[in-house]
Amino acid sequence: MFYKLPKFNYYRVTSLNEALKLINELEDFKVVAGGTDLVMDLKIKRYIPKNIIDISRVKELDYIVDDGDRIRIGALTKLQEIVDSPIIREKAYVLAEAVNQMASWQIRNIATIGGNLCNASPAADTAPPLYVLNAELKLVSVEGERIVPVTKFFHGPRKTELKKNELLAEIIIPVEKDAGASAIKLGRRNAFTLSIVAVATLVKVSGNKFTDVRVALNSVAPTPVRATSVEKALTGREVSLKAVEEASKLVVNDIKPISDVRASADYRREMSIVLTRDSLLKSLERIGVRIGGEE
Amino acid sequence: MKVSFTLNGRRVEVDVEPNEVLLDVLRLKLGVKSVRRGCERAECGACTVLLDGKPVYSCTVLAPMVDGRTVETVDYLASNGELKPLVEAFVKVGAIQCGFCTPGFLLTAYSLLRRNPQPTVEEVKKAIEGNICRCTGYQKIIEAILLASKLYAEKRSERKEE
Repeated sequence: MFYKLPKFNYYRVTSLNEALKLINELEDFKVVAGGTDLVMDLKIKRYIPKNIIDISRVKELDYIVDDGDRIRIGALTKLQEIVDSPIIREKAYVLAEAVNQMASWQIRNIATIGGNLCNASPAADTAPPLYVLNAELKLVSVEGERIVPVTKFFHGPRKTELKKNELLAEIIIPVEKDAGASAIKLGRRNAFTLSIVAVATLVKVSGNKFTDVRVALNSVAPTPVRATSVEKALTGREVSLKAVEEASKLVVNDIKPISDVRASADYRREMSIVLTRDSLLKSLERIGVRIGGEE
Repeated sequence: MKVSFTLNGRRVEVDVEPNEVLLDVLRLKLGVKSVRRGCERAECGACTVLLDGKPVYSCTVLAPMVDGRTVETVDYLASNGELKPLVEAFVKVGAIQCGFCTPGFLLTAYSLLRRNPQPTVEEVKKAIEGNICRCTGYQKIIEAILLASKLYAEKRSERKEE
């Protein structure tokens, strides 16, 4: 056995209330949902918590509901359930597209969307699509609940907006009409890898002008980011390949990439430009606007 | 702590430490050696098991998390005949070199064919992206899974005729 997990007390809860009471009382704990990130983090001793709280059986947090103008996803919904969901595929396809490129089938079968967000890796692949969808997160505690935009959730690597006694309960996605959106991920190989850069974009066009442009990236800053420079440069502008290419270059103003084992900072900057352009073109194509560029 | 679950069709009860992973419980406490210890970090797929019917990596599942659930390995699926067409296809095509990764591939392929009885090459590649073969025999493995898809179809039509 190469890895030995540190010792901890194990608590299993089966309802949200039970979970909230427990995290309100306990000190020095980690919450486990699917475990694919946390168990690895225990193995490498990134965390040595005294207590582990297993919320994987809180069934009330495992759902995908269509409310018409919004979709609600329970935090314990598994990644593969998101890929397979007809609701997500029809109304928030960009999320299914991004999640389908995450990890492997074995991991998507047990890992949860809430776990991916709460783990707060700079490479969290559910973040870019949720950013461009303007998703909101419902955080709950024994004191009540609050809603925060997903863009305010990440404070830094492994750091989130969650208070010690709060859990992420739900992801709320407003349904966008007449928008084109796409997600592209670049890794060291096609399958099963951490992102070097991942990009999601969403565009709306009216009278051949961009009326709404949203761009988000991961793995190029301490947290996933919105590329507001690109968004501002395009909004209101006439749709053209030149406009998209010029605006995509501005993405470097919105990111702070580092060099690590996966790629250098320079490479990440270059690829952020390329992927932003490609994703914008793909999003435009999805609302029937073809302005060239390579496939 | 005691953990009880259905392993290969039989109820088992086993004493575990909370910080043990399912892989170790299966191999060291229950003697299931077909579940392979590979990377131990959720990357190689050698430790794949079916948890409630779905392929997952047993190296990142905490032992207490399987309490009351169902775990299946190739041993069971081989003994009840479910895997026969897949095994036949792997042998016929030569999709086995050293064999270390094979149980994991068989479980993933089995789950794929149950979900999608006639997958395309692309769908097969997507399904097995979480299983690594260090002999790099992927081409044959893909061929074998496609052949198995035909063998299962034949078996189904034979059953209908009977």
